[in-house]
Amino acid sequence: MTVNPSQTVNQSEAIPLDVNRIRADFPILSRTVNGKPLVYLDNAATTQKPTKVIDAVKNVYESMNANIHRGVHRLSVETTKAYENARLQAARLINAEKHTEIIFVRGATEGINLVAQTFGRKQVGEGDEIIVSNLEHHANIVPWQILCEQTGAQLKVVPVDDDGNVLVDEYRKLLSDKTRIVAMLQSSNALGTVVPVEEITRLAHEYGAKVLIDGSQSVQHNAVDVRAIDCDFFVFSGHKMYAPSGIGVLYGKESLLLDMPPYQGGGEMIKSVTFEQTIYNDLPHKFEAGTPNIEGAIGLGAAIEYLQGIGLSRIAAYEKELLEYATAQLSKIPEVRLIGTAREKVSVLSFVVEGIHPHDIGTILDQEGVAIRTGHHCAQPTMQRFGVPATARASMCFYNTKEEIDRLVEAVQTVIKVFA
Amino acid sequence: MSELGDLYQELILDHNRSPRNRGKVEDPDGCAQGYNPLCGDQISVSLKMDGDRIESVKFEGSGCAISTASASLMTEALKGKTREEAAVLFEKFHKLLTEVGDPDELGPGMGKLKVFSGVCQYPARVKCATLAWHTVKAAIEDKDEPVSTE
Repeated sequence: MTVNPSQTVNQSEAIPLDVNRIRADFPILSRTVNGKPLVYLDNAATTQKPTKVIDAVKNVYESMNANIHRGVHRLSVETTKAYENARLQAARLINAEKHTEIIFVRGATEGINLVAQTFGRKQVGEGDEIIVSNLEHHANIVPWQILCEQTGAQLKVVPVDDDGNVLVDEYRKLLSDKTRIVAMLQSSNALGTVVPVEEITRLAHEYGAKVLIDGSQSVQHNAVDVRAIDCDFFVFSGHKMYAPSGIGVLYGKESLLLDMPPYQGGGEMIKSVTFEQTIYNDLPHKFEAGTPNIEGAIGLGAAIEYLQGIGLSRIAAYEKELLEYATAQLSKIPEVRLIGTAREKVSVLSFVVEGIHPHDIGTILDQEGVAIRTGHHCAQPTMQRFGVPATARASMCFYNTKEEIDRLVEAVQTVIKVFA
Repeated sequence: MSELGDLYQELILDHNRSPRNRGKVEDPDGCAQGYNPLCGDQISVSLKMDGDRIESVKFEGSGCAISTASASLMTEALKGKTREEAAVLFEKFHKLLTEVGDPDELGPGMGKLKVFSGVCQYPARVKCATLAWHTVKAAIEDKDEPVSTE
């Protein structure tokens, strides 16, 4: 079955989004922390869930719960339909050609490990090279290091400039006939940098290398089109895009997925089993051994519907405005130094305050009800590149407001006062 | 800001601003590295023994205010203590950080370390306060393996 290539377009994309109405969709946003209204600015770590998603998961348990793909009874039929519908929605979200190219996994991490251990083990050998960027999350570094250890391949790293832009010219120099895989994020969780993945992919393909794009920080911020990028694999996690945790997507081009050995063996991924021979199932089930995260997938489908209902271009426009405001306001504090000032960014703002450790910033901000992330953001090589052990990171999304940014700025000023 | 004051007491801020016993002891009898992967804090501790007694402890490294002040106050607290006394003090200090209660109930000898009693309200920060102590324990045993809080 082919997925309709035209993405759902919201009729009212031109109308700016009404943030107060949106906030009402997220029950958690009305709670307080330390007696103050919660300001949740840790969205790059995980996002909060709208009622639509919470209800979708609740509805599975309350009205249809059954195992999928094998029962002949009504509940199993209904649950299977809902689960497979989520696959169609995921395919539409990233504009995959076929829904069978969508593999449900636990998250982006599992998706990358799956590709490394199936495609990688088969296609990568001694002396071959795998290219990543200096901005990668550990999830897009360590699986490739493991593959290198197993195969004798080498990991090459594309450097970034002082603003956090990936240096495409340096990338060109690293590419060669030895390059088998290029694995790169579309947007950086630590700095917010947007990477020109279409160009990255085109250049890799000139050398016959395959490309995996980590979309963990991009699918929730902008409309993504895997066919326009022309990447061979694409991964993302549900919990960073308003869906439950424990569910994510691996997209792969059909021709590649067909040729890949299975990742895990078990139920669901087989057509028939005898002690002499097992015949593997068709796509996508070949890669979905065992009972999957059914309610998670259905919750992911609901999250996709919710995002498309608002419209990703409206979300992108609003978040851009928020990022510009937050950048301007935080920059007014002389002690604050922004880390990551790339030309194009998603709404992630990493910063350090002269002489104050990010952990102390995080604790004092928490006291003020402001939740941010402090630490290395699972991107230690990025921290090393910028010569800091850690940063404070405010990551915003479309339910955040300028008033919340003002509370962040006030809280940072409190930090500076405490340590003066 | 009263709650915050419980954590960031003036003595802690003071030891963060100007840590005591920073550096490396000459000709050390024990050295160890400590690492907190959660926040990237790194510390190295070196000490000089006089028989069973700790003659001096020094530390180097970068960390948050809690870990820096804890390391600084620890170097003062351990001076002149026997190995056994140091172990007992660490045990009491750990209790102070993890069990909410009156620091005076832990018995005598806590001295300035009582200033960390506010940390127990911040479970995410306990590891910051104990990093130096885990590291000095390894230095007393002169372990080569780096210590990790995870």
